[in-house]
Amino acid sequence: MSNEKIQAELEKYEASVEKAIARFPEREHLPEKRLYTPLDIKDTDYADELSFPGVYPYTRGVQPTMYRGRFWTMRMYAGFSTAEESNKRYRMLIENGATGLSCAFDLPTQIGYDSTDPIAEGEVGKVGVAIDSLADMETLFDQIDLGKVSTSMTINAPASVLLAMYIAVAEKQGVPADQLRGTIQNDILKEYAARGTYIFPPRPSMRLITNIFEYCSKNVPKWNTISISGYHIREAGSTAAQEIAFTIADGIAYCEAAIKAGLKIDDFAGRLSFFWNAHNNVLEEVAKFRASRRIWAKVMKERFHAQNDKSMKLRFHTQTAGSMLTAQQPNNNIVRVALQTAAAVMGGTQSLHTNSRDEALALPTQESVTIALRTQQIVAYESGLADVIDPLAGSYYVEAMTNKIEAEAWDYIKKIDDLGGAVAAIEKGYIQKEIQDSAYKWQMDVESGARTIVGVNKFQMEEEPPKGLLKVDEAVGERQKAKVEAMKAKRDNEAVKAALADLKKACQDENENLMPHILAAVKTYATLGEICNVMREVFGEYEAHVSL
Amino acid sequence: MEKKIRVLVAKPGLDGHDRGAKVVARALRDAGFEVIYTGLRQTPEQIAEAALQEDVNVVAMSILSGAHGHLFPKVVDLVRKNGMTDALIIGGGVIPEGDIPALKEAGVSAVFTPGTPTSEVVKYINENVKL
Repeated sequence: MSNEKIQAELEKYEASVEKAIARFPEREHLPEKRLYTPLDIKDTDYADELSFPGVYPYTRGVQPTMYRGRFWTMRMYAGFSTAEESNKRYRMLIENGATGLSCAFDLPTQIGYDSTDPIAEGEVGKVGVAIDSLADMETLFDQIDLGKVSTSMTINAPASVLLAMYIAVAEKQGVPADQLRGTIQNDILKEYAARGTYIFPPRPSMRLITNIFEYCSKNVPKWNTISISGYHIREAGSTAAQEIAFTIADGIAYCEAAIKAGLKIDDFAGRLSFFWNAHNNVLEEVAKFRASRRIWAKVMKERFHAQNDKSMKLRFHTQTAGSMLTAQQPNNNIVRVALQTAAAVMGGTQSLHTNSRDEALALPTQESVTIALRTQQIVAYESGLADVIDPLAGSYYVEAMTNKIEAEAWDYIKKIDDLGGAVAAIEKGYIQKEIQDSAYKWQMDVESGARTIVGVNKFQMEEEPPKGLLKVDEAVGERQKAKVEAMKAKRDNEAVKAALADLKKACQDENENLMPHILAAVKTYATLGEICNVMREVFGEYEAHVSL
Repeated sequence: MEKKIRVLVAKPGLDGHDRGAKVVARALRDAGFEVIYTGLRQTPEQIAEAALQEDVNVVAMSILSGAHGHLFPKVVDLVRKNGMTDALIIGGGVIPEGDIPALKEAGVSAVFTPGTPTSEVVKYINENVKL
């Protein structure tokens, strides 16, 4: 059918719809457009905009065969209490078929404080595992072969320290650094904008990040040196287009910083990875994942003139949206997570964490985590969604939505360029404000009923308070403190002092790569807090921009 | 002119999840209150000091890290010690049902958990604040 013919038929259809609507009014709060046709994608050139899996601009996926070879990595984010407890949970996950580890650290660890620091009171071991020194890291990976497992660590401001500890543990296991596989999140910009676990100001933070890029490109070549994260931007309330736009703008800033530090784009860009949210609107999410790949490929090729295909491929981890879990009727969350999983898989994710049903209430129990992992396995093995590559391509709606999200994201990226890049946009509070506005609109839509959340503002029911939630033992803080003190009494304190003094000197010399110095310090069992305090002394601390 | 209700929205503890705190702060402002937001990572001492300096009627704390059992009662103590005996102290966040009685016992008047409409918080403050 020619486009003219389709247009004519469409007009006829629209006229007939008027009559139908008069009799059966449409629901309120729907998207404006009810039907998509070939006209919506008439300007989309297949070769330029879609092409083939593993082929620029990678809209259809970064690998030629996607899940027909191997499923995505089923990687469950876990960690709580002490290294011993978390080690048990990791080994349980591996026994149950998880194919990668993902470490959650407690907040003092994420912000570079020892468990013995007064500011850590009440927080030790709460949202993740407490790591104070190499000794804890050795326990965390006890009986786990670091040569075989790939490990993702959600660690940002002190990423260099935790990575150094990981390298040191591997060395003790006899695994050379060039065999290590995994990811550090290491994405400080989204910490300023959305997640909050920053320590140092942007300049030294960017230096730490580029130091890691450089060090790993030579010594830990299979390591993903950063996971540029939209996940938390979305959790903070952004829209789908904002999620990928702000994150890609952050990615651009990291590339620019690395190039400024003298690195070549193709030396590090292949190790950049991304982290997306899988939210509730299944088709919008699939479109978002596809659009993100296309934008990044264009950014790398056109803006940074990358030559290597690997530099242009946006590889990403996905986590289902924690903020969409409801405390009300928590078993409903299993269904939400299953739909979000479907979106991530149809969108071509490289790895996935599925949230557990009870996470709006507490950390998940073992039973809930198992259901969440099984959800991935059901989607992988039973649903058929992973059998064909990019199965929604060619859907008028999904292609039109992919184009629309891409266009919206480019508008934001351009705006951020005009503000002087992501760092400047964050310092001006622009990105934070945009996210907050979206978050507020979402909440008001829920309260007005324009947006329905099952069990929250519709289909509510009286419920018994949930039972059997996981509770972190309050004594964990005291136990961990005692462990740190005992470790400090045993180590060679002169060696620690010397290593910290050497690190301080290195921090003061902008041209020095800090990684070897940090690695030397962790090997003396200097604590995370001691190392970060040296850096605080030299670099200072970030003062947040507070606005409402 | 009627005196505006002054609210300090505070983030005790180390977690950076302030979507809830900011949404609530804005909803309270839209409801006609004077709202001050502390920003992240405030110690109980800093929160009590800010409450005193800003002469607020309400301290509204938000936390997601699980440290509420430790931090909320500390804030209540310090605020009361500063002589602010009438200030209404409320909290919210990912707080298990089972922890709420102990928090109330410690002087947190109300605890709002996920899914609570902001209008409910506004209503609670209007009905319980002492000016």
